[in-house]
Amino acid sequence: MLIIETEKCTACGVCESSCAFGAISIQGDCAVVNDSCTLCGACVDNCPEQALRIEIAEKRIQADLGAYTGIMVFAECRHGKVAPVSYELLGIGRKLADKRGVRLSAVLPGSAVAAYAADLIAAGADTVFLAEHPVLEQFHEDVYARILEQVIREQKPEVVLAGATAIGRSVIPYVATALDAGLTADCTHLDIRDEDGMLLQTRPAFGGNIMATIECPLTRPQMATVRPKVMAPALPDLSRKGEVVRIDVPQHQAQSKIEVLETVVNTTDQVNIQEVETLVAGGRGLDSAKGFELIRELAAELGGAVAASRAAVDSGWIPYPHQVGQTGKTVSPKLYIACGISGAVQHAVGMQSAEIVVAINRDKNAPIFDIATYGVVGDLYEVVPKLIKRLQEIKK
Amino acid sequence: MKIIVCVKQVPDAKDVRLDPKTNTLAREGVEAIMNPYDRHALEEAVAIKEQQGGTVTVLTMGPPQAEAVLREAIACGADEGVLISDRAFAGADTWATSYTLAKAVQTLGNFDLILCGKQAIDGDTAQVGPGLACRLQVPFATCVQKTRTISAEAIEVERMMDDGFDVLRLPLPALMTVVKDINEPRVASLKGKMKAKKADILIYSAADIGADPQCIGLAGSPTQVVRVFSPEPRGDRQIFSGSVDEQVDQLVACLRAHL
Amino acid sequence: MDYFFTEQQQMIIDTAREITNEKIVPVRAELDEKNQFPREILQDIAKADLFSIFVPEEYGGFGGGCFEIVLALEELARGCVGVATSFAASALGIFPVMIAGTDAQKQTYLPDIASGARWAAFGLTEANAGSDASGIRTTAVEDGDEWVLNGTKQWITNGGESQIYTIVAMTDPNKGARGASIFVVEDGDPGFSYGKKEDKMGIRSSSTRELIMKDCRIPKDRLVGRRGTGFITVMKTLDMSRPGIASLGVGLAQAALDEAVTYAKQRVQFGRPIISFQAVQHILADMAIQLEAARALVYGAAKHIDKHPKDMSKVSSMCKVFATDMAMKVTTDAVQVLGGYGYMKEYPVEKMMRDAKILQIYEGTNQIQRNVVGQELNKEYS
Repeated sequence: MLIIETEKCTACGVCESSCAFGAISIQGDCAVVNDSCTLCGACVDNCPEQALRIEIAEKRIQADLGAYTGIMVFAECRHGKVAPVSYELLGIGRKLADKRGVRLSAVLPGSAVAAYAADLIAAGADTVFLAEHPVLEQFHEDVYARILEQVIREQKPEVVLAGATAIGRSVIPYVATALDAGLTADCTHLDIRDEDGMLLQTRPAFGGNIMATIECPLTRPQMATVRPKVMAPALPDLSRKGEVVRIDVPQHQAQSKIEVLETVVNTTDQVNIQEVETLVAGGRGLDSAKGFELIRELAAELGGAVAASRAAVDSGWIPYPHQVGQTGKTVSPKLYIACGISGAVQHAVGMQSAEIVVAINRDKNAPIFDIATYGVVGDLYEVVPKLIKRLQEIKK
Repeated sequence: MKIIVCVKQVPDAKDVRLDPKTNTLAREGVEAIMNPYDRHALEEAVAIKEQQGGTVTVLTMGPPQAEAVLREAIACGADEGVLISDRAFAGADTWATSYTLAKAVQTLGNFDLILCGKQAIDGDTAQVGPGLACRLQVPFATCVQKTRTISAEAIEVERMMDDGFDVLRLPLPALMTVVKDINEPRVASLKGKMKAKKADILIYSAADIGADPQCIGLAGSPTQVVRVFSPEPRGDRQIFSGSVDEQVDQLVACLRAHL
Repeated sequence: MDYFFTEQQQMIIDTAREITNEKIVPVRAELDEKNQFPREILQDIAKADLFSIFVPEEYGGFGGGCFEIVLALEELARGCVGVATSFAASALGIFPVMIAGTDAQKQTYLPDIASGARWAAFGLTEANAGSDASGIRTTAVEDGDEWVLNGTKQWITNGGESQIYTIVAMTDPNKGARGASIFVVEDGDPGFSYGKKEDKMGIRSSSTRELIMKDCRIPKDRLVGRRGTGFITVMKTLDMSRPGIASLGVGLAQAALDEAVTYAKQRVQFGRPIISFQAVQHILADMAIQLEAARALVYGAAKHIDKHPKDMSKVSSMCKVFATDMAMKVTTDAVQVLGGYGYMKEYPVEKMMRDAKILQIYEGTNQIQRNVVGQELNKEYS
């Protein structure tokens, strides 16, 4: 509870301006707090009269902080492939481990995945905890949760990182709850605080309109999920050495209450462009249907989907479900790359709330440049192939 | 069939902005709404009830004004609403929230199915659903885009994956979180609205659900907000110049910094 | 302007508005293009209990009056007049039963109407009987326990989609105005069939068809009201339904005004948004003024009718004429404000203009309405 010492309060209003939630305001001659208070403490820090303090029931000390050491990464495997985000986690994991002066490990559950342990070590893992069992071929929430929980309890890492993938966002909150650990989702930035080695987790809230930095002062491990393509992947170093530790998966642990009856993989045309984070869109400037091959290539490179302006759809170059705009769909992806699209208002209204808009158009006066975050004036048939090539180079 | 739906009252996220000068959330004219994903969860619950028979109970943890979303839920087909409200819940993160909801569910008694929206549009964490499943020790599935079949013993659903979906069979009782594709929520009927107006909302305090004060609210929250700030404004428009190679290099550098 | 709605009235408005925003607006252009009946939307409307607005409580309805129907129709028309007309036509079709039917007939039909399980339609117009309703040639002849109907009705809204049809037929052709009676013909009755669906200028989602009765046999108890009172019931029916049509005009004009103002604020020519030009502002101002005047007249008429006065015809006709002529002008002006874009199907206003025209024609042309007002004035001042 926020306690306001009315005798000390001078109604100066500094608390009101420092509150991000509109929870405290000056009413008459004193500050008054309402139910929106999240006890973040910003007003307490800023009050010049020190008239504010937060009183809470004593938090249970939940962890012997000193007993937890090391950074652990959940390396996901699906359909026989290690998810690319795992390498991104090893990249940031290595940085955090080096800053803390501790080891970096990876947990790799799967059905026949031993061969990948070497890749994880090359990407920075000092130890790979390998859990192999046929049941792990499919993602069974309960079995994965049990194995992760067990490894974490045994190894006591101070930090656990996972990808904010469908699998990660499903199983990690379950595991965090089981471990009484704090979890921050979709972190865009991770760092270690020099003073006390605490993990600082930064993430967006309110649909991305606000950023928040979060810490877990009293619980261990400090857990965080990270969205794919946010962190840079680790560059593999085949000379790195590491150890592989096999985790036993006894039969009773491998029993799942959940039956996986079927697995369906989307074909590209079924992708809902409104659900995708990256869109590459083609317009009249493509001059032909063939131009969409290039658009598809760039989209694939970025892990995104293909969209189009009305002109392209009307010309029959791509089907209507891909159309963005007034008479098509409204999208708000993280990244929207408009190639050969003029950006007339009928198209703009369908995509202007994208976080980042990149425009590639040979007409420097095209209205798309008025709403683009980044603009390249040039022939898309020159720009896009080069862009694809650069992106491929970086991946390596 | 006894179905519970967890809903949250949230500010309409797209309207919330941080005023950079005062570092305050600009909340003028921001409406409080039922979290859109929860609306879909409610619709699915009501559809299952209409098919299988039973009751739909809607639960929310929030301040007194959150009662409005419970009434909205009743207008859309829920049978009863329960408000879990107490000053001690303030400042709860997802761990403390799932604890509180679990205690309330246990107070309500046996259930067959719990439905939640995939995530709340203010926190965006998608953590409470799985956390609640953990506390209640029930099988769960997240991001369900379709219910294929349901019987008294089990439910078959399509659970989204990054590249498609899996079809799962979960024995009941179970928990699932849903995405918007799962259904088209109905418009609340006149009869429903009248029923909602007259409905008695059950209110649970922390004591009513037997909550441990160290597990709720800020006291029970392992995570803590250190700082809140505005994201980098993307107003800086850059039109690159130079050769195509140079422009592409600059573009890639900017994208890497941002993404 | 604040019209001080009651809580229940606001509930009706909010519910209809949600249907419009969530269910009608996203698909209206497609329904118009494909000439497609909005079956799913009518089912959503039914689930929201809007069909029950005009049905008395004892028959499973909400017990609202003309004013409540007007409020619902105005909101639905903001979405699409074709959809709103389909809803309104069901009300129109069942009004004769509500006005003149027996309790048994009301029990048979009203609960289904209230729940939306069945829809109704009104069958009066014929090829040779439009404004001159007395020119109808459909006949109904007693034969033992049954009535036998012969004739063809033309341009019937909801024809082929509804299950319940109130048909006006001549039971005594030589008695003129006292020779008509009303019958309920149901989908599936022997000898009852439908003609082709009309291809119309506007309200294309509404289904308009011929109704063909060829030795159509119906049970005796399908006669609504006393034999020979047909035209009296028709007049009362139209008195009650005209404000509904008027409110379609109000809702339609509101939608058109919204589009026009929004566009005028965004469209930049000569370096400024066009709303800053007085020429454009005056068009918009006149649109808004006429719209509000129409709304006030329609609301006033509806409230007057809900007091069940002896004379409602004048007020009912006045609001129909004014609001529908206004809607035609406002939608045309909206297209003008949007200029070239207004003419393109990509924007919603050209459909609104096409939809507006029928409002001046059906349910009594605006010329007939003026006749009614004139005659009433004559009576009043004598």
